[in-house]
Amino acid sequence: MTPSDREATGLLTRPDDLVRLLDQSGVRHASPEFDPWVADVDLDALIRLHRDMVVVRRLDSEATALQRQGELGLWPPLAGQEAAQIGSARALHDDDFVFSSYREHAIAWMRGVRPDELLSVWRGSAASGWDPYARRMAIPQIIIGAQTLHAVGWAMGARWEGTTSASIAYFGDGATSEGDVNEALVFASSFDAPVVFFCQNNGWAISEPVGLQSKQPLARRADGFGMPGIRVDGNDVLAVLAVTRWALERARRGEGPTFIEAVTYRMGPHTTADDPKRYRSDDDLAAWRERDPITRLHAHLAASGADIDAVDADVKEAADRAAAELRAGLTAIADPEPMSVFEHVYAEPNSHVERQKERFARYLAMFGDEDGGTA
Amino acid sequence: MSTITFGKAINEGLRRALADDDKVVLLGEDIGTLGGVFRITDGLKAEFGEHRVVDTPLSEAGIMGTAVGLAYRGFRPVVEIQFDGFVYPSFDQIVTQVAKLHYRSRGTVRMPLVIRIPFGGGIGAAEHHSESPEAYFTHTAGLRVVACSNPADAYVMIRQAIASDDPVVFLEPKRRYHVKGEVDLDASLADARPMGVATTVASGGDVTLVTYGALVQTARDAATAAAEDGVSIEVIDLRSLAPVDYATIEASVRRTGRLVVAHEAGEQGGVGAEIAASITERCFDWLEVAPVRVTGHDIPYPPAKLEQYHLPDLDRILDGVDRALGRPNSLSEVEA
Ligand SMILES: Cc1ncc(C[n+]2csc(CCOP(=O)(O)OP(=O)(O)O)c2C)c(N)n1
Repeated sequence: MTPSDREATGLLTRPDDLVRLLDQSGVRHASPEFDPWVADVDLDALIRLHRDMVVVRRLDSEATALQRQGELGLWPPLAGQEAAQIGSARALHDDDFVFSSYREHAIAWMRGVRPDELLSVWRGSAASGWDPYARRMAIPQIIIGAQTLHAVGWAMGARWEGTTSASIAYFGDGATSEGDVNEALVFASSFDAPVVFFCQNNGWAISEPVGLQSKQPLARRADGFGMPGIRVDGNDVLAVLAVTRWALERARRGEGPTFIEAVTYRMGPHTTADDPKRYRSDDDLAAWRERDPITRLHAHLAASGADIDAVDADVKEAADRAAAELRAGLTAIADPEPMSVFEHVYAEPNSHVERQKERFARYLAMFGDEDGGTA
Repeated sequence: MSTITFGKAINEGLRRALADDDKVVLLGEDIGTLGGVFRITDGLKAEFGEHRVVDTPLSEAGIMGTAVGLAYRGFRPVVEIQFDGFVYPSFDQIVTQVAKLHYRSRGTVRMPLVIRIPFGGGIGAAEHHSESPEAYFTHTAGLRVVACSNPADAYVMIRQAIASDDPVVFLEPKRRYHVKGEVDLDASLADARPMGVATTVASGGDVTLVTYGALVQTARDAATAAAEDGVSIEVIDLRSLAPVDYATIEASVRRTGRLVVAHEAGEQGGVGAEIAASITERCFDWLEVAPVRVTGHDIPYPPAKLEQYHLPDLDRILDGVDRALGRPNSLSEVEA
């Protein structure tokens, strides 16, 4: 069986077992199990969720454009995944801790990460952008799946210290094949760690369809590790919010880990260095465009009697402001000084690095670049 | 002769190996339909089918471990690691299984694996995409480690590596993928220079400069620049990092009396340290000065905007040459 055959088994599209509160056309469906988790979400709150999604979509397209203009070295777009990210981020408490991969810009935004902090890594100016303790979010992980273990360790500690905070690990469908992720599931289960595994199944791991990683819905793997696995429509922000709140509450109550599979779609390329035309069909894309997370909430707002013109005007203003902030943030990123390559290699003085540093400073000084040697 | 890029040369070498031996299989992430993120396996799945060019699940340990099983069964797996920094999840399989099975089985089990790793920096990439992990592998007995520097070598060496009954870590300097050169696609392996033998790519009498991979070109440029200054540098392209062809280096150092080794990887415990020590042992009486290393700093690979300060470039190599010659250099006042 080829990967594309496997994909056709419906790992992405089979709707029957998905938690969904808002369907594709924005119609609200009742769910006895999950309605209580979003009972407080009134029209105003829905409007805010909508605004958040529009804003991060704009930030994402703006960053993609900045990459095309040569201002960023690389950018992994999140377009299509706004509901999965905003819905889950809104479920977090301030004292929870996020361990993410490289595509969770919306989560970072929700955690208060500033544009310059967000962009500096992708610009190639810094090894990391923000203080993880200040933002309650670890610096992004490029090594696929490694962060899931970190989330579990953090959660084990939180439990041992008797707190009620939880961690959440974001990773992709491809990541579920890595050893680290499987080991994370084992540890989380063995230690009843208060952690939520949040898998954004966006259909692809670069060129590889999810069917190459799994023959069953990914959430079903959870069963084998002894934790609940739940599939949610990842383009339904309300359902994602409900499911994530439910999972986090389980964690806080000491009932251990949960595996959430948010079924969504990566609308753009894997990163700005990728060419999805080589492996993905236009039909696929068109079908997913119809499931757009923002359009459906917008339709729901309109049907619920929101003043939709005011909503539109407000989100436009918010998105424009965020985009302007992003561009201003970019110009705030200074090019790093040459000698900064030696900073933070060790926490304590290290004679070897000190010596190399001195030698390199002398080397730079030979070019008459006074700053080079002393920066 | 065809003029093709370095990347295309490896692609042609793989194609030839797949055609010549149906036990050769390629395994890796995105290598099939996409043709690999660098397009090195472009077109091979279409030509040889999905059981010869296999898109694997996203799991380096999985790829390496199953390659071991395939080799047990007589296959000759060629594994692609997408980027240098992603080899580590499979490190355990490489150093405890791939490297040692021939020894542990008292020679009964062959591990003719090739582990292709695009390595090194200079392309402005994100973190974990520019590393030079070679020393980890040269420190492990049972592995051969090679690094090619030009299209002609790439074409021949990938085929030699696949033909070898030993596991070969095959390092491809990614910043050279687009460089073109002449390649004889009909070259026979029987006539080719063995992959364990170094090549003298520029002759000279004053200093021996040893390097490999992407820095070979930088070293040649340095030799050209030094020549204008009246200094004649002999540049040796190491090609094989384990084992090292000491005969070639020794013969050169006995003539020049001076050795500079350059690489992108850090200094401490690196290939350069090994060569400096070995040549000192072998050529102590011929050396005019202690061997000099020009290397990346002992730091995690820095962000893209700083890599120019990390990677040895022409000037840093020339500074190393000045050190070997006892001319004014970056250290003259400190360590004179
Ligand atoms: C250990 C490791 N292997 C390979 C890669 C290269 N790589 C980067 S992203 C990616 C695909 C990831 O897919 P998935 O986990 O589904 O996440 P997505 O990017 O789709 O959000 C690969 C193979 C990596 N970063 N780390």
